[in-house]
Amino acid sequence: MAAPCVSCGAPLSYRLFLGGRVSFARRHGVWKAAAAELQIGAGSQILRLRHTTGVTTKKNVAALRRETYTVDFIKKQIEEFNIGKRHLANMMGEDPETFTQEDIDRAIAYLFPSGLFEKQARPIMKHPEQIFPKQRAVQWGEDGRPFHFLFYTGKQSYYSLMHETYGKLLDVEKRQNQLQAKGLFSENTKTKDLIGSRWLIKEELEDMLVEKLSDQDYAQFIRLLERLLTVQRDAEEEFVQQFRRSVTIQSKKQLIEPLQYDEQGMAFSTSEGKRKSARAKAVVYEHGSGRIKVNGIDYLLYFPVMQDREQLMFPFHFLDRLGKHDVTCTVAGGGPSSQAGAIRLAMAKALCSFVTEEEVEWMRQAGLLTTDPRVRERKKPGQEGARRKFTWKKR
Amino acid sequence: MDPGRILHTGSRAPQSVAAHLDDQAADDGPRAVSRTSEKDPVKTFGEACLMVRKPALELLHYLKNTDFAHPAVRYVLYGEKGTGKTLSLCHVIHFCAKQDWLILHVPDAHLWVKNCRGLLPSAYDRTRLDQPAEASAWLKNFKTTNERFLSQIKVQGQYVWNKRESTERGRPLGEVVEQGLTRAKSATDAVGVVLKELKGQSRAGGFRLLVAVDGVNALWGRTTLRREDKSLVAAEELALVHNLRKMVRNDWHGGAIALTLSQTGSLFKPRKAYLPQELLGKEGFDALDPFVPILVSNYSPKEFESCVQYYLESSWLQHEKAHTEDGKKQLLFLSDANPGQLERLCAHL
Repeated sequence: MAAPCVSCGAPLSYRLFLGGRVSFARRHGVWKAAAAELQIGAGSQILRLRHTTGVTTKKNVAALRRETYTVDFIKKQIEEFNIGKRHLANMMGEDPETFTQEDIDRAIAYLFPSGLFEKQARPIMKHPEQIFPKQRAVQWGEDGRPFHFLFYTGKQSYYSLMHETYGKLLDVEKRQNQLQAKGLFSENTKTKDLIGSRWLIKEELEDMLVEKLSDQDYAQFIRLLERLLTVQRDAEEEFVQQFRRSVTIQSKKQLIEPLQYDEQGMAFSTSEGKRKSARAKAVVYEHGSGRIKVNGIDYLLYFPVMQDREQLMFPFHFLDRLGKHDVTCTVAGGGPSSQAGAIRLAMAKALCSFVTEEEVEWMRQAGLLTTDPRVRERKKPGQEGARRKFTWKKR
Repeated sequence: MDPGRILHTGSRAPQSVAAHLDDQAADDGPRAVSRTSEKDPVKTFGEACLMVRKPALELLHYLKNTDFAHPAVRYVLYGEKGTGKTLSLCHVIHFCAKQDWLILHVPDAHLWVKNCRGLLPSAYDRTRLDQPAEASAWLKNFKTTNERFLSQIKVQGQYVWNKRESTERGRPLGEVVEQGLTRAKSATDAVGVVLKELKGQSRAGGFRLLVAVDGVNALWGRTTLRREDKSLVAAEELALVHNLRKMVRNDWHGGAIALTLSQTGSLFKPRKAYLPQELLGKEGFDALDPFVPILVSNYSPKEFESCVQYYLESSWLQHEKAHTEDGKKQLLFLSDANPGQLERLCAHL
């Protein structure tokens, strides 16, 4: 099939610029169709179009690639989604007009409870735009002529973006030069709030452009943007902001328990902690002599192992408050080590209320305020344990 | 002697060495104190020190004020694990030894009810069982402890050991002890004889008798011993136990009885049990009733300080942070002022 295609290369390009006339319906792609045409019309007139009328190449091109969704299909899905949303709202007894996505999620979780661990495997009902991957609409018109002038680069949106950015850079530089020439150049010390935001990552840029990029392309683009910002800090704010995402600062999320006061006027604070399957509640009193009672038993008797007691010591030792607080705690579940870990977390959280913000930050960085996410891994079939395989026998 | 001060004794001084505080070389620290008034080469420290604490002082006070005409009073030291009951007992023994009492010290009664090999049916009484190994060990200890008295006390009954040997009246007690040591088979009976004689003669008033038993709850507990036919042995069926029980009864006068409860070596008792009721059981409690209970608890802050100070002075704590306040606080927290735990913790540092 290849040889005839090559031979008809020149006449084909000639064909591209001819008007539309009916041919036969294609089942195959461009080149294959041309070859078939040649075979049929061998020797006959070459001036025959490869396009059909009503049935446009959109459909054929769509059939070539796997799982492309047509615009109509997506539209139909959106309609169905909206109708379904209204039905769901009616089912849940809520107002269909003000039924948000969170309400939908809640309703689905209620109607289809799933015990699957993988969150993405559970039933979801979202807008089709979030479910179906973004498709590129066909890039060329009826005459086969691509819409975009950079189509033949292969990565049209990327190169057009680069072109646009470079244009903006040149504009900004020109303006700067003009200002300098006029002598009105003012040191612009208005630094943009770049802290707390980051550039897009490659995957996000790919999503935005609906195009595959290489690492070098991405790096080049970011470098261009940085260059733009070095020339003038607040250049093209809205344009640049499109490519920045905010970064949340973790530590501000720490809750500080309020202090409570009991009958004698002694301040105390309660909180909970957990580790593996142990759950603990600790009550830390402000003034004391370092006594700790676990489930009514002294901690020396409850934890005969030194390691567990060292775990209990850690929060106090870290804050240098070894003999200053009294603690009463209750714990259930798990084994001795996990109970010790749970109590440690509960005590650390309770101590937050007696301590300055800075020290809370230090504790967080030391890992005292984080729940240990490690749980026992499930045993898999075909293996002896979670990781251990059966003994391998050669024969 | 005010509490908290450490009683220092020089090494190798006759009859002045009290007890090992930490003899890490010897495995059974407290049990090595069986030869109390005898000097024991202390390998780690070169000396032996004992902390003077409230419970011991209390007991000494009672002992000083005993009326020897009344029946012997029983003092029971009890407390959580590792608080220092055994060492308080040793302190008392040392005091009495200095005062020239006759010491009847059983270092650990639990040794008599578990892991015994060679049980023999007793010659004296068919129903009971002999323990030759334990009995001879105890006789050896007794001999070294109370050498002076062995020649002084005269036997008041005639005892026939076997066809060839017997002891007549008026012979010194030392002979009975020798007999027990040479003939292992009659060791248990020798022990029984010794106990009976001492009990009888303390009334006469020639000497004062201190009966000190560590781990007395073993006498009324279960045993792990079995006969050849795999049937369990109850505590009463052991001759040693039987005789010792008679000794601990307060039907004699002229001395005192100091006892310690111990969960560490006890059989079939939960780890957290420390009260007399729990450890002795109903039978033991009734047998020992009435007694004077003395609670031994963890270190007070001052005692803890002095203990840590002692370790630092003898360079037992090598960690550089041990000198600091912070280090001491950590030690306090981790051991919760429990002497046993503190010792084990400092052994690592």
